[in-house]
Amino acid sequence: MFGESIKRKEDPRLLRGEGSYVDDIDMPGALHAAFLRSPAARARITSIDTTVAAAMPGVVKIYTADDLGDLDMDLPLLIPHPSMRPKTQRPLARDDVFYVGQAIAMVVATDRYLAEDAAGAIDFELDNLAVELGLDAALAPDAPVVHEDLGDNLAADLVMNEGDPDGAFERADHIVEIEVTVDRSTAAPMECRAIAARFDRLTGDLLVYDTTQAPISIRGGLASILDLDEDRVRVIAPDVGGGFGQKVMQFYPDELLVPLAAIELDRPVKFTEDRTENFISSNHERTQIHRIKLAAMNDGEVIGLVDSLVHDTGAFIPYGIAVAQVAASVIGGPYRIPNIGTHLKCVYTPTVPVSPYRGAGRPHACFALERAMDQLALDLGLDRWEIRRRNLIAADEFPYHREGLIFATGTPVIMDSGEYHESLDKLEEAIDVAGFEAKRAEAMAEGKYLGLGLGFYVEVTGVGPYEGGQIRVHPITGKVYVNTGLTGQGQGHETVYAQIVSDVLSCSVDDVIVTEGDTGVFDWGVATFASRAAVVSGSAIHKSAKLVREQIIEAAANMLESSAEDIVLEDGKAFVNGVPDRPVGFAAIATASNPLRYSFSESSQVATQFAPASQHDGPPLAEGAHPGLEATDYFSPEQDTWASGVHAAIVEIDPVTLDINIDRYVLVHDCGRMINPAIVEGQISGGVASGMGGAFYERINYDDDGNLTNASFMEFLMPYATEVPHMEMHHLETPSPLNPLGMKGVGEAGTIPVAQVIASAIDDALSHLGTSPILHVPTSPSMIHEKLVEAGHLVEE
Amino acid sequence: MALTDASNTVNVELKVNGKAVNADVDPRLLLSDYLRHELRLTGTHVGCEQGVCGCCTVHIDGHPARSCLTLVGQLDGSEIRTVEDLAGADGQLHVVQEAFHNNHALQCGFCTPGFLMSIVGHIEHEENPDLSDEGIRDAISGNLCRCTGYQNIVSAVREAIEGSDR
Repeated sequence: MFGESIKRKEDPRLLRGEGSYVDDIDMPGALHAAFLRSPAARARITSIDTTVAAAMPGVVKIYTADDLGDLDMDLPLLIPHPSMRPKTQRPLARDDVFYVGQAIAMVVATDRYLAEDAAGAIDFELDNLAVELGLDAALAPDAPVVHEDLGDNLAADLVMNEGDPDGAFERADHIVEIEVTVDRSTAAPMECRAIAARFDRLTGDLLVYDTTQAPISIRGGLASILDLDEDRVRVIAPDVGGGFGQKVMQFYPDELLVPLAAIELDRPVKFTEDRTENFISSNHERTQIHRIKLAAMNDGEVIGLVDSLVHDTGAFIPYGIAVAQVAASVIGGPYRIPNIGTHLKCVYTPTVPVSPYRGAGRPHACFALERAMDQLALDLGLDRWEIRRRNLIAADEFPYHREGLIFATGTPVIMDSGEYHESLDKLEEAIDVAGFEAKRAEAMAEGKYLGLGLGFYVEVTGVGPYEGGQIRVHPITGKVYVNTGLTGQGQGHETVYAQIVSDVLSCSVDDVIVTEGDTGVFDWGVATFASRAAVVSGSAIHKSAKLVREQIIEAAANMLESSAEDIVLEDGKAFVNGVPDRPVGFAAIATASNPLRYSFSESSQVATQFAPASQHDGPPLAEGAHPGLEATDYFSPEQDTWASGVHAAIVEIDPVTLDINIDRYVLVHDCGRMINPAIVEGQISGGVASGMGGAFYERINYDDDGNLTNASFMEFLMPYATEVPHMEMHHLETPSPLNPLGMKGVGEAGTIPVAQVIASAIDDALSHLGTSPILHVPTSPSMIHEKLVEAGHLVEE
Repeated sequence: MALTDASNTVNVELKVNGKAVNADVDPRLLLSDYLRHELRLTGTHVGCEQGVCGCCTVHIDGHPARSCLTLVGQLDGSEIRTVEDLAGADGQLHVVQEAFHNNHALQCGFCTPGFLMSIVGHIEHEENPDLSDEGIRDAISGNLCRCTGYQNIVSAVREAIEGSDR
């Protein structure tokens, strides 16, 4: 099954409308929460009066910071780092608000309509303070500060160096220096975040459904913060409608306050964000400014790189410097650049906090590096493909060490494997670079500007610390149950894990049932992030399956009075080699492996005390043995796996309207061995669509006062089918040496190079006009217009 | 969810997925909330409540419509069809659902019911559907998907149109 594009196991229920997303969970008698959120970016709360609101129909309770007792505290700093001056927010604003959308009060009422009515009736006054939204300006000495006690807006400052960058720049024949900007965006999963909680007063059990990517961590946090026994708290992430990083952030205030209200009010409580709330209060990502320099020799060899990056972390930094550190640590990309200097600064701005969104720093780094590579090619008069070819790390140079640079998980940069040159060659051929100039001339004759662009990227994936896999063969049905701690948001985990198990156990994929993201089922593990699920949970599940296979063979050998070497597993059954007509099924083997007192079915009679199968020396269960067919194992990667790829596009620009059409989009991708190529292609396709958003459309607009002015799908533009090109995909499968199945992650890959590919293609299309390069995304026809005006080709209107 | 205020309700008679329903509803009750929380037809999803994303698409009197922009109180006498009604009584998936399954045209599945209802409506009403990529992309351009990048949805629509009894 490994390597086959089988149809997904999760599809039928989702297609029938029978998925169970958090808001679909029925909780009879549930109350509903709504939030009053700050309309100001930075302000002092001078008064809050809930009297009128509290008396409105259906209102059960209104919480402000004053009602939270011990919970009126700074929320956890998830990823501490010594480079930071960390600030995290409170569940509900106390005295000050720090961004438009910050929760000030929570209303709990009998239905959502009434809860919103009451939230709108809370009387409060704010005293607005000065704000500065620009990153460089916010770092200036006289800038208004977000957190007054810090004195300035610097949230973190970190230098990481590899080799001797200064020496390289002294030695270089040529130096390129550019500044690039990637604007703020948001993950915008189709399902907004949601949470539902129920508390059982008699048993003390707290049950929480959460759209989170990290239920085990939410469970730990809730137990710690609410002072509950960890074992009494069960957190389930059921079907989740996309996450893309936004849902790995924790704790959003509602994730704490909804369970709190369920406990205090002794009623189930539900909260589902509306889309506006998702824009103004669920985390954003992307804004970074990179000032990047390359030191090169005349033949195009890049011997040094220095990157100074400024990262907008929003009003708080709960997720640490992760996004900025990812960008800094991968800034060398796929190139053999021995000397690298990075300096990152994270800046507080009075905006929604920032944490990873699909790509998480990789797209920014790729845009900076690849824009600089294009500029270097131009400066040296070299072909853009050739300059890359001369600098790519060769297949025999892996593992490639850059240990002075530390990735956001704390692991040094050690790139495990890759076939970068082959990828480039394959793409060059697929998009027909050789034939492009003829096409360009043809288009020019018809009055259109044609351009070819490319972008190479690497994707750090499969990161630690670890995940587990628990496998149990059900004694009644013989079905194989697989549990893991991380979660799915649409990636197809149920299918790919089943494929892995099906191969090891020689049973049907249909008989493998995967459960993830339920702490009541399996509660060892970390979370879904950094394209790690297939690699880390997949490897753990593979290890566990091998243990269960041994158990099945051993038990079957006993039952069939044969030796283990002669047992063959096939289609959920075991038989002695050469005797396939006398098999025992997994159900029977599992039943016989569990000594029974009571017979509850025909098959279970074989396991009772007077049955022949139970007649042997010693106790029914041998010392050290466990009943049934079951194993749990873990996978903790020594290093991260590095996937890679290269994309190219041919764009056509209309010289009158400046409309940009993508004629072809071709990519070569390498995520090691693919469990399910269709699912891999789906991940890439979705990633590229998200990248198209970043290249052309998606920009969170804050005005100078810190108002988020496009907090809706009407104004924050995401690509529809009409904005995403058809993609031609080619695969390489360079196995990773870091796990037994040779896998690498793929979740974020598609997104990473798209902005570069588009910018590179637009620059190429306009190359005869002498316009300045695209160094800022999202780009647009208006930006091209400005560049044409600047180059003297159009008159400004 | 107690979405009714007894002192101020509108009485409507509807047919939902073929079954007659009579209800007294709050005048501001959205069809999406009514379907999901009163009738427990949770296959209809809500993505933006502004009519932009298309997740909540259902059929009203045979035509795709945004249930998040429709008040139940305005629907007296209407027939509503939701994603739960697409598969046959025997459980057989609708040709569009089958095509989605065959083409890996869904990932998280949240936008999927809206796409299905839009596409089924398109197939039912368009006499000569355009099977070019451009034509299909245009036909589904009222629905947002954040996972798939649309490419496999385009393939699924083509397969569904070619495979349906027209």
